[in-house]
Amino acid sequence: MPAVQETVERVKRIDVDQYRYGFETLIESDKAPKGLSEETVKFISEKKNEPAWMLQWRLEAYRRWLTMTEPTWARVDYPKIDFQDLYYYSAPKPKKTITSLDEIDPEILKTYEKLGIPLREVAMLEGVEPKPGDQDPNRRKIAVDAVFDSVSVATTFKAELKKAGVIFMPISEAIREHPELVQKYLGSVVPTSDNFYATLNSAVFSDGSFVYVPPGVRCPMELSTYFRINERNTGQFERTLIIADKGAYVSYLEGCTAPQRDENQLHAAVVELVAHDDAEIKYSTVQNWYPGNSEGKGGIYNFVTKRGDCRGDRSKISWTQVETGSAITWKYPSCILRGDNSSGEFYSIAISNGYQQVDSGTKMIHLGKNTSSRIISKGIAAGKSQNTYRGLVTAHRKATGARNFTACDSLLIGDKCGAHTVPYIEAKNSSATFEHEATTSKISEDVLFYCIQRGLSQEEAVGLVVNGFVKDVLQQLPMEFAVEAQKLISISLEGSVG
Amino acid sequence: MNVAVAKTGKGRAVSDLFTSAEARLPGSPDVIAVRREAFETYERLGLPHRRIEEWKYTDLRALVGEVLPLAASPDGAALKRAAEAVKAHAIAGASKLVLVDGVFAADLSDVKALATEAGFKTLREILDSEANPAASDLLQTVATDAVISLNAAMATDGVVVTIADGAQLSAPIQLIHVATATGASAFTRSHLRIGKGARATIVESFVAAGKTSGYHVNDAVVLWISDDADVAHIRLMDDAPDAVNITSQFVTVGANTKLNFFNMTTGAAVSRLQGFITLAGEGSELSANGVNLLQKTEHGDTTLVVDHAVPNCTSREIFRAVIDERAHSVFQGRIIVRPDAQKTDGKMMTRALLLSDEAEADNKPELEIFADDVSCGHGATAGALDESLLFYLKARGLPEKQAQALLIQAFVGEAIEQIADDGLREHVIGMAERWLERRS
Repeated sequence: MPAVQETVERVKRIDVDQYRYGFETLIESDKAPKGLSEETVKFISEKKNEPAWMLQWRLEAYRRWLTMTEPTWARVDYPKIDFQDLYYYSAPKPKKTITSLDEIDPEILKTYEKLGIPLREVAMLEGVEPKPGDQDPNRRKIAVDAVFDSVSVATTFKAELKKAGVIFMPISEAIREHPELVQKYLGSVVPTSDNFYATLNSAVFSDGSFVYVPPGVRCPMELSTYFRINERNTGQFERTLIIADKGAYVSYLEGCTAPQRDENQLHAAVVELVAHDDAEIKYSTVQNWYPGNSEGKGGIYNFVTKRGDCRGDRSKISWTQVETGSAITWKYPSCILRGDNSSGEFYSIAISNGYQQVDSGTKMIHLGKNTSSRIISKGIAAGKSQNTYRGLVTAHRKATGARNFTACDSLLIGDKCGAHTVPYIEAKNSSATFEHEATTSKISEDVLFYCIQRGLSQEEAVGLVVNGFVKDVLQQLPMEFAVEAQKLISISLEGSVG
Repeated sequence: MNVAVAKTGKGRAVSDLFTSAEARLPGSPDVIAVRREAFETYERLGLPHRRIEEWKYTDLRALVGEVLPLAASPDGAALKRAAEAVKAHAIAGASKLVLVDGVFAADLSDVKALATEAGFKTLREILDSEANPAASDLLQTVATDAVISLNAAMATDGVVVTIADGAQLSAPIQLIHVATATGASAFTRSHLRIGKGARATIVESFVAAGKTSGYHVNDAVVLWISDDADVAHIRLMDDAPDAVNITSQFVTVGANTKLNFFNMTTGAAVSRLQGFITLAGEGSELSANGVNLLQKTEHGDTTLVVDHAVPNCTSREIFRAVIDERAHSVFQGRIIVRPDAQKTDGKMMTRALLLSDEAEADNKPELEIFADDVSCGHGATAGALDESLLFYLKARGLPEKQAQALLIQAFVGEAIEQIADDGLREHVIGMAERWLERRS
């Protein structure tokens, strides 16, 4: 069945030439010399005032990186990247030491204002007390870490979080202020030798967020990071490390945009999550990097390694992603289900337009007993784009009682694009139960029958059930992002091709 | 990711083997040149290993290690042993074509009976004939696949069957591969061409004569089906428990044609069936199904690539694996829908049943879709026998093994019942039953 008109129009509205965040901020910046060498690594480390162990860690990663080759297995096609033609560090030139938000370069503040990101706590606080009749009484406080090119320019609500015992700060600061935590966890989920881009990131990462939630603490607000690439010819290499100690809970989200440029820019991030016993981490991404123009020129190469480690028993990690940007996306947010009874979730909506190429999915690695995972992925390809779901579900020999449910749907709009599904399902013990399906027709007949009996058409019933389910997930996204994401989600599933 | 890997010492051993076998390989100088080229491709690639995406789960370097030397031509005693095996595995009423250790055995075959309904030649005949400049076309390769290149380089014989337009074959053609040489390799390649509007049933059997063991089979089949045909293709692989069987199939289906394919794996320590089926004519229906029954440390791999090259075709794949002890089953299915292949309807379902905690099932059901008005789907499951069903049967007095056997039969039955021919379906059910008996 071809896609219905309404769907086609909605996707067109977010087509590549409709990119709304393509402006550039003119600002003086402080850059590392072009190219990559041990000197560059030392330069970055020095800029960040890092202790010697950190520099050593970076240098080891850099030396390892030199021996590695770029991975080519993904279904993406791009000219070879010249890693010597990039700036690995770019920071807005500070006018003086900043002590309050008011001293941040007004140009940067304006940028975030334009993007709709609240850097002023006051601005957000207004929303805390909903006025009577307010459309959305659920509006919550959100702490923001704003990363501009290679550095964090502002982190809000730090004091209030500190009261709760939550550490939320740029990772560069955490390296100096909480070295014991950083040393213990950095690279423990994504080792420096993990893969080409993760290793590169380990050598040159400049900033990102660090979150530590102490035992038994439920983080009082949403945490978020907003990434912005502004400078020309720079690569952004951010590193995020989130630790939820025993019984802790944290919800974190990231958003990203970049100016419209003709050349491609590299973004190679690493995200590490660690969940101890009974802890829960919810990680949401709304990825809206510049996707290139309608001729496929420019755009961000988004090569990201994201991995969560359910280290403790009964821990839970949930990934939610809405992917609409980037010229090329290459990312597989994964869960290592190490603790007994731990669970992992992956909800993804990837929409590609123009000449975008998406190769994304997840890995659920069941190691502990009675672990469970759920994967819901929805890919929509339009224009001349290629959209691939690539997922691995594996149960170790000792992972008795492992359970997985996977559903992935894709939809094609037009005959110039492609949608692909590449699942790997590996069961290594008999008590593992895996189910994988890739059609909408698999919705429970009972549920459909119920809806149809009450006067809905088959189509409406399917829409209700599927969208209802996905919406459920997206409603957990904080407000700013939920609105945009909801719009994307309302895209009908009709004409799904599996 | 196709990485060039330094050749192992084991790779070198094959090279010697090729040189020593060369004199025995049929073919005019042109053909020999093609063989050399294919061999060079093989040498360059070496045996497939896990870093090659298509062979990720079947690492022949680890599982097989080396390729055994070419089997000697069967002598009188070998043929006699082969005759017994043929007798035991022949399908009633079928016209038999027998290959013993990779050499066509005319005395064991029903060439005369077949000749009234179809054209027949051996591959050796055609390759040796100087008058046939296109002979080398029969040894086509796929540049990226080492085992197919190895097959082209080393194939000693095979059958070339041509079924005329409109022919309605009264009996199945059964191609029986018999191994009598322990510790040797047989390389065969067969071509089957089915004419317009023809109707035919082709059965392939792989068996060992008596206690023959530790042998390798590398077979290739090229099946070309014209328009409006109706073909059943059943492959029964029941090689010795320590044998290796690697088979590559290339199938091209014309317009408005029906193809009913079924593969049964009940033998061999290491086996892989890789089928490449192209739907090249509109309005065709493909039903490609299979069952892997594995025990001990057996490794069974079924890889099917269904390529919808034109619009309006239907494909259905049902695959079942039953894995006991430390066995390992692999299913890789890929449905490709080309940009113009609108109105394609493709469905694929693979299910694995793990009977032991050390069993392993790897499923990779892929979709590759470039057209927007199609309906494709796939499903995959892996799990153990349903405890409540087992309990129900045991509560009614069935012993554990028997209760399991009943549930396993029902499980594989979903795939086996896709076989259209009643007699052949019964034959396959019999094979499954014997496997279950062996188990208990």
